[in-house]
Amino acid sequence: MTAVAVPAARTRARAARPALVRLGTSVMVLWGAVTVAFAGLHLTPGNVVDLLIGSSTVTPEVRARIVADYGLDRPLVVQYLTYLGRVLHGDLGQSYQLHQPVASAIGAQVGSSVQLMLSSFTLAVVVSVTVAVLTAGRRWARAVFSGIELVGVSIPSFWAGILLLTVFSFGLGLFPATGGDGPESLVLPSVAMAIPVVATLSQVLREGLELTLEEPFVLTARSRGMSDLGVRLRHALRHALIPAVTLAGWLVSYLFGGAVIIESVFSRQGIGRLTLAAVVNKDLPVVMGVVLIASLLYVVINILLDLLYLAVDPRLRGA
Amino acid sequence: MTASTVASPVLVIGRGRRRAPRAGVWAAAAFLLVLAVIVVAPGLVAHGSPDLADAVSALRPPGGGHPLGTDANGRDVFSRIVYGARPSVLAGLTATALAVTGGTAVGLLAALGGRVLDEIAMRVVDVLLSLPGLLLALLVIAVVGPGTLNAVLAIAAYTLPGYARLVRAQTMVIRRSGYVEAAVSLGLTRAGVIARHVLPNAVAPLLVVATIEVGTALVAASSLSFLGLGPRPPAPEWGAMLSAGRDYFSVAWWVALFPGLAITLTVLSVTVVGRHLRRRVEGRLP
Repeated sequence: MTAVAVPAARTRARAARPALVRLGTSVMVLWGAVTVAFAGLHLTPGNVVDLLIGSSTVTPEVRARIVADYGLDRPLVVQYLTYLGRVLHGDLGQSYQLHQPVASAIGAQVGSSVQLMLSSFTLAVVVSVTVAVLTAGRRWARAVFSGIELVGVSIPSFWAGILLLTVFSFGLGLFPATGGDGPESLVLPSVAMAIPVVATLSQVLREGLELTLEEPFVLTARSRGMSDLGVRLRHALRHALIPAVTLAGWLVSYLFGGAVIIESVFSRQGIGRLTLAAVVNKDLPVVMGVVLIASLLYVVINILLDLLYLAVDPRLRGA
Repeated sequence: MTASTVASPVLVIGRGRRRAPRAGVWAAAAFLLVLAVIVVAPGLVAHGSPDLADAVSALRPPGGGHPLGTDANGRDVFSRIVYGARPSVLAGLTATALAVTGGTAVGLLAALGGRVLDEIAMRVVDVLLSLPGLLLALLVIAVVGPGTLNAVLAIAAYTLPGYARLVRAQTMVIRRSGYVEAAVSLGLTRAGVIARHVLPNAVAPLLVVATIEVGTALVAASSLSFLGLGPRPPAPEWGAMLSAGRDYFSVAWWVALFPGLAITLTVLSVTVVGRHLRRRVEGRLP
């Protein structure tokens, strides 16, 4: 709107600034995650080599190689920079339990988890948007669904998973109980994982919708003869999405934690189970690798969300 | 990473203008009261021992001498749930208490300790908040090993940054408020002002959030013990009981059903009471 008097180059520079700030913050978060992983390794009592090999036994040659790889015979600063440099090159270290590089161990498992996360995320968004649009501002529907949502946020997902298994696998035989083959094996895990997300997201969306439905522009749209559903979908939903998007950080965090639990309940392959096995076997390089990957994903998703904000709310584009 | 970072949905949900039905709040409060009695004195409610194994009466369905049935070792599920209340509830309470205490200390230091300290503390908080909570807890456990206390510490570690950020924000507002200026001009020492005025007002809003978050911490703790990283069997603990019961679920549904129900009802009650408290407190805070 101000572009008339301001030269185009300056406008562009101004528009680029938040993006640069965001990029800087993102880099810092990643750097911080690497530092947390490094600190975790070195603040732990005990020999770093022993921590890295966990409960497996290795030959003295391998020991010597670990010392050389991590620069453990050199000052702490050099060790830190060595570690940082290796992570920057995509080298997450070696899992001495699994006898393979951490990156390939994670790479082999990531597909199955991404499937689970995406399908439960999609399910959650579709269900909660539907519930919110249909119940916002409607007294009885709202009361009923608020109660259901309250129960939904309180149910531990591992219990929900077990209940679903009992009813739909053991009881009705509709879905396989374990394993990760075929789309039907994805249904129950996705539902179990989506329950808390639906319960949370639909509450936030509905609150947003109800606030928006009181806005003057909604009245304008109605006075043009637009149907109630049309108003909700075309005008109000867009505004209600903005507060919902703030939950993204929580959601990424929940999906990663949820993967650990759901993959364990349903005996699915994936990074969740990889992580759990690594924690039990004290396979620290793998746990650190997963934490780093998760923070990378968090950063990427946040950048994408910023772009989504601009798409959802045109008012932010000039600011 | 400010706009899209919310440590927990508790901060955004349920600020609605509508009041929850009174009956629900009373029912939840009554449940919590009963739970408190059970936590303090489980022997009052359950007469059988939670550890008494009896191979003859393994996996008995609910009824007879066992109102909730028996587990694979013939132990009474009702007694185990009653005795399991203490470790399960205390894990959630302790983790939250530790996180609130630590978070308050960090938040106050950041807000009052000068710019450099503030920058450092808040950037660390940013990083920790951008790591998935349960993964951070698993990292802590991978380093210090599994166990009841370690699981509680791990949960406290990942919930602490959220409280730190909240306390810092509150303190920033309070330190510029009229009553703090008045206290300073009346000649109170810096420590006196912080202890008498800043601390109580900065912590008040935190306590309401913390009430609701006790439920979240309880689920996290029972998740960790479900994964086998918390209390070791045969200790009665809800998450661990559920985990042990899932192997028999197709033949004996009661072994895993009731511990899960106990967790759900507890978290539900905590959430209902917590949200009610927040609605009452909101608007009266600085």
